[in-house]
Formats: sequence, C-alpha cells, structure tokens
Amino acid sequence: MSVDYSKEIPLVQGRLTMAELDEAIAKPMSIRPGKIYFIALAFTSGLLLLGVLGVSLTFYFGIGEWGNNQPVAWGWGITNFVFWVGIAHAGTLISAILYLLRQKWRTGISRFAEAMTIFAVMCAGIFPIIHTGRPWLAGYLLPYPNSHHLWPNFISPLVWDVFAVSTYLIVSAIFWYVGLIPDFATLRDRAVSKIKKFVYSLFSLGWRHSNRHWRHYEKVYMILAGLATPLVLSVHTVVSFDFAVAVLPGWHSTIFPPYFVAGAIFSGFAMVVTALVFMRKVLGLENVITIDHLDRMNKIILLTGSMVGYAYLMEFFISWYSGVPTEQYVAINRAFGEYAWGYWIMVTCNSLFPQLFWFRKFRRSIPAMFIVVVLVNVGMWFERFIIIASSLHRDFLPSSWGYFTPTWVDFSILLGSFGLFFTLVLLFSRTLPVVTMSEIKGVVEGAHPTHHGGDHDG
Amino acid sequence: MADNNLYCVSALFDTPDKIINAARKTTEAGYKKFDVNTPYPVHGMDKAMGMGQSKIGYITLFFGLSGAVFIFLFMWWTFASNYNIVVGGKPFLSAPAFIPITFETTVLFAAISTFVGMIAVFFKLPHNSHPLHDTEYMKAVSGDKFGLVIEADDEQFERNKVTEFLKSLGAFQVADVYLPEKETYKLFTSGFVIFLIILAIVTSAATYITLNKLMYVVPFSWMEVQPKLNAQEESDIFTDGKGMRPPVDGTVARGELPYPFYGQTNPPEVLSNPTVPTKKILELGKRKFLTFCSPCHGNFAQGESRLNGQFPTGPTLVSGKIINYPDGMIYHIITNGQNVMPSYMHQINREERWAIVDYVRVLQRAQNPSQSDIQEVKKESSSNVTK
Repeated sequence: MSVDYSKEIPLVQGRLTMAELDEAIAKPMSIRPGKIYFIALAFTSGLLLLGVLGVSLTFYFGIGEWGNNQPVAWGWGITNFVFWVGIAHAGTLISAILYLLRQKWRTGISRFAEAMTIFAVMCAGIFPIIHTGRPWLAGYLLPYPNSHHLWPNFISPLVWDVFAVSTYLIVSAIFWYVGLIPDFATLRDRAVSKIKKFVYSLFSLGWRHSNRHWRHYEKVYMILAGLATPLVLSVHTVVSFDFAVAVLPGWHSTIFPPYFVAGAIFSGFAMVVTALVFMRKVLGLENVITIDHLDRMNKIILLTGSMVGYAYLMEFFISWYSGVPTEQYVAINRAFGEYAWGYWIMVTCNSLFPQLFWFRKFRRSIPAMFIVVVLVNVGMWFERFIIIASSLHRDFLPSSWGYFTPTWVDFSILLGSFGLFFTLVLLFSRTLPVVTMSEIKGVVEGAHPTHHGGDHDG
Repeated sequence: MADNNLYCVSALFDTPDKIINAARKTTEAGYKKFDVNTPYPVHGMDKAMGMGQSKIGYITLFFGLSGAVFIFLFMWWTFASNYNIVVGGKPFLSAPAFIPITFETTVLFAAISTFVGMIAVFFKLPHNSHPLHDTEYMKAVSGDKFGLVIEADDEQFERNKVTEFLKSLGAFQVADVYLPEKETYKLFTSGFVIFLIILAIVTSAATYITLNKLMYVVPFSWMEVQPKLNAQEESDIFTDGKGMRPPVDGTVARGELPYPFYGQTNPPEVLSNPTVPTKKILELGKRKFLTFCSPCHGNFAQGESRLNGQFPTGPTLVSGKIINYPDGMIYHIITNGQNVMPSYMHQINREERWAIVDYVRVLQRAQNPSQSDIQEVKKESSSNVTK
C-alpha cells in the first residue's frame, strides 16, 4: 500500500460547501430521531435508573451497602471516580492542547470531545461525594465561613481534588460555551419555529459574527486553551496525589503523576473513539469526522498506551531498585497474588492490544479499532481497581488482610454512571451541534483569502 | 421610512478574497464606523480593518494573578492564623503544599474573568435587539456569505455615495438596514402577575418543605431521629410505662454510705467527729455553710437570714442550746433534718457535713469569746501593729 505523505489530507471530505456543512451539522437537531435512537435512549436511561436505585439505597441505608470494608476502604467508589476523570481528559486535550499545537484536524471532533469531558466530569464528581456517606454535607469541603469556625485542611490531597475537579468542570464548561456561541447564532438564523429561535437567541447572546468581536474571540479562545492545557495536566496529577502522597507501598511513587496523565488521555481517547464510531454513522457526519480523524486518534492511543505499559514495567523496576521489602512484596503480589487475574487483564488490554495500531490496516478498520478501544476502556478501569485494591488488601499486619468483593449495589452504581454518561451523550447529539460549525467552515478549502487577493502582501 | 431611522448600508460578498479587499478599501476610503461580519474569523481581516492586537489578555493576567495572591493569603490566614490545624507536625505555612490550590484558583479566576470580560465588557452582550438581527443580511453571514456594513453614524456617511462605493467593491447585494421601531411593553400584564404569584407560592412552598420537612426525612435527619429512650420519656416496653429505670432496692451510690440513724430523734453517742479542724477543713465548711445553711440561718448563724419573712426563720446556731449540743447531734440534724428543715444527706457528703459542724463551732466561739480568746486576739493584733 502506498500513501503520499507529501500532500495534506483534506480535513473535510467530499468537497462540501459551507452551506452543505451547516445543513449536515444542523440536520440531526431538526428531524425527528429514528427508532434506534429511542431504543438506545431507553437502554441508557434504564441503566441510569438502576444507578439512581443504587445511590438511593446507599443514601438510605448507608455505605454498608457497598463492598468496601477494611482493609479495602476505597473500593469501587474511588475506582470509578478516577476512571471517569480520566475519560474527561481527552476532550480538553483535543480542544486545548491540539489547538495550541495548530492541529487543525481537531475541529471535526473537538465539540464532541469537549461535551464528553463535561459529562465525564459530572459522572466522576458523583463518586467521591456519595463515597463520603453523607453527601448532603459535602458543602463542608468548600472554604466558607461556617458555624463551626472550621476551614478545610488545605494541605490534604482530597481537598486539592475538590479544587481541581470543580475548577476543571467550570473551565471546561466555559470553554465549551464560548465555542458554542457563534453556532447558536447560526442556528438562530436558521431556525424556523418560534420557540427554537427564542432559545437559540437566548444562548447566542445576540452574537453578530462581527469581526470586531471575532478578533477578541480568537484571542480569548487561545487564552482559554492556554489555561486549560496546564489545568488538564494538573487535574489528573492531583488525582494521582491522592495515592502518591499516602505512604502506602504501591501508591507512594513519583511516577504516578505522569503515569496517571498518560493513562487518562489513553482512556479518554478510547472512549471518544468508542462513541465517535457510532455517532459519525448515525448522524451522517462521515465526511466531517473522517476515517483520518480516527486514524490520528488511534496513533495517540498507541503512544499513550505504550507510555502506560512503560509505567507498568517501571513500577517493577523501582520496587526492586528501592530495596524496600514491602514495596517489592506489593509489586510481586500485584502481579501474582490474589488480584493477578485483574492485573493481567489490565496489562493485556492496555499494553498489548493497542500495539495492533502499529499497523495502518488496524488503525483504519472500524471493527478492529472498536474492539481495541472497548478493551482499552475495560483495561483502564481495571488499572484503577488494581492500584486501589491490590495495595490496600494486604495491610502491614497479616491479621488485617482481606479481599474486596463488590455487592450488586456497587455494580448498579457503576452501570448507572455509564447510563448517565451515554444518556447525556445521546441527548447532546440531538440538541446541540456535534461539530463546531464556525470552526469547520474555517478549514474547508478556499475558506481563507488567497495570497493574491488576500492580506499577505505585508 | 425616514432616513434618520437608517442604521447602516449593508453589502454581501461571496468569497473571502472579495471581503478582505472590500475591508481594505473601506479602511483606505477613511470610513471609521464600519464592520465586517463573517461566519468564521477570516485570516488577515484584523489588519485589513486596521485593528491591532486584542487587549483582553490583560484582564486574564490581572485576575489570574489576583486569584493566586488572594487564595495564597487566604490559606495562610485560615491555616496559620485563624484556625491552626496541626497536620503531621508540618509548619502552618507550608507553601509547597499550597501550590496545587493556588494554581487551580489562578486558572479559575483567569478563565471566569476572561469569559465575563469578553462577553460583558468587550462585546456588550447579550444584545438581542441589535438592528442587524432578523435581517436577510444576518442570515447570510451566519451561513456562508461575507458581509460589510457602513454605519449611518460615520462622519463621511452619505447614503448614495456609500451604496455606490459598496457596489463598486463587488458586492452581489447591497441593502439598507433600518433601526427597529421602538417597542414598548406593559410591565404588569395579567399573565406576568399570575406568573409572579405562582412563583411566590412555589418558592415559599419549596422553602417551607425543605426547611421543615425534608431536613428531617430519615437519611438527612442530622442524627436527630435516634432509636433510644431519653430519661423522662414514656415507654410501653416496661409495665410501669416509664422510659427511665429506677435502681434496684438496696443500691448504694458510689461514695455514699447508708446512714443508719435516719429517722431517729436522739443522736447516738457513737457519732464522733472524725475531722481535725484544720484551715483546709474550715474553709470547706465555710463554703458549704454559705451555700446550704446561710439562706435560713444567716451568714453568721445568728438566724438573721436573707430569706427572712419569706420562709420560716431558721433558729440561731450560736445560742447556748446549740453550743451544748455534741458534734454528733449537729451532724445528725444536718443529715436527718428537723422540723421544717429537710435532710441534706444527698446534697452534702459526709466529709462536708462534718466540715460544716466544725465551721459552726468556729462561729459559736467567735460570737461567745472567752477572756483568754480576747487576750489572744489583742496580743496578735498588737504584735501586728509593732511589726
């Protein structure tokens, strides 16, 4: 197979005009969704209801409904939290970091990925709060002058988490909304029905596509991208501090921050690909979200997957090199102890299967990539579970050893979080433009002045 | 429509080349109040319109730094000054551990201020009543056309000249845009009043339910609902209907011995004072006497008390009758009670009762001194003077 790498691949296939692009992107919002959509929505909201049931039971009877107990006190609650925060990272990476790196191909998928970021952070935020057992007292985590005259412990990584995750949610939402303003204006001017026009006018804030606004807008977009880039790296770093700052063998390791960030991007990209494979087909956006996009994303999955694999090996090396017997015990116990089954699922899914993406054939084959990214999602969930359970279940005293067994409530809440996530994704796909209209129009061929007619004489 | 209602003359172009050329020519022609509307930001347009760099970055810088300084000082104040929490023996001002939150807050302040500054200060949005809205022009530039407007406020504006000028730039459509007619609305329409009433009812009901009912529903009950019996509560668990259980007959409380002469009138001779009247004992006796005895018997045991007239007057304790009582008799009266005086067995413990007896003896001697006592006091006071 010979590919010409000297020519730039067009970002939008099929030579669509701007009007056709608008039409293609706005179409899912104006037509009545088909039967499959409603079946999918019924399924995901069914899962969501299951999760609501599990959470209600937890609220009423307490945290004892879960499998957590000493010594594995963190269980699935924190596993799911770290998993969903990780998923969130792909959106910001695509929308902010790739923007700063001038990767124009990001335009086709950035809106969708950002939406997934927000939904995933929402899913993630639920877990630490319900894990406290008394979620209605979570307000005490914020520093406000309360009647107890107490302030949060600002040097605790768990309070860092509160700041990092809530800042991340707010900044992601702002970033997303700033991108949506011009699209709301375009939708407003396309709208026929009065209600739609009112709603779009409300959210477009009266945007006029004025160039006197665009020049600030572009600057703001760059500033927000610049702010979001270190932010996204900090969020999973702070999440990894929850572990790394503790003095527990298997957690107390300086490799955790980069290892967690790489893992987050890895799992997030896998989730974006999982969803995009369906969305581009169902919404008829194959020319905008092309196979080239998926190909590029799979390359990033390959890269970050290999970084994660390196971290797995490095954990062994460091535990040997440290000379600390408990560290060595935990490392060996992780791979060959009671949780060996989970460890090897994690290694296989995260480090071996993505290696298939070295081959162009697998990178561009929808079924192959779908299988791999689903396995990556499974593997990354197991990674968090293994880090938590295998480090905790062997306490320093053998009398305190234990084994974590989840209850059906644990399962229902995990499935419920998937239900929440995909319900929001499905609703989003029919209510908001899945592709940034104002950006995608800027990358079609002939969108900018030529050298002769344009402004490049200076 | 009158000409003074004219907002602008608008022109539509169909390629980016044409619009950037038009913008440059318009700038060169000296028009100041004009704008370009494009569905996406076109490269080079800022320069063609003669505009420099956006200054919005200063907002980000200022508020970002403010956020950093604010949260650092805030953490320092709460942690090192307002309420010290000792964590692992670390210093209260542990700057490295403040870095994550300082960073997050910097980003938060910077992002929110940039967003709000852009929308409210730089764009003056929301502005849904702008004259360009709901025009064919706006519909076109929202989609795939490029537009340029020259506003009627511009100093050089002449309607015919501007229209000719825009046509000469290659516009495929030139149109006038008028200011919308002023619309007035009545504030208190019946629908709005009904809406306000419904809003008030719903808000009050929700507040009432939240504060009075929801906060006491089981998982949120703040531990106020507890399956236990309080001391004075009724209960159908026990046949006597009391929640509190009386002690079993013959129970002796800690530190108390049963008083074997309770209810007898003649004190037995066996009761002898076990205390030695040291200064410490006398001070204890004085304190207890002033607390329990003085209300009726008076501060100096003379029977002149502050309850005089409101309660049967207590007898004097410094008369000959009481002076001649043995210690055991006084102790017995305190413990057992006499006439209207109740028993003080449960209020005053054994040692304290004997201490009171000792103190009563002091009061008696102080008010009926013997000759040798007076000489002793005189000797002491004169020796005090010579010193």
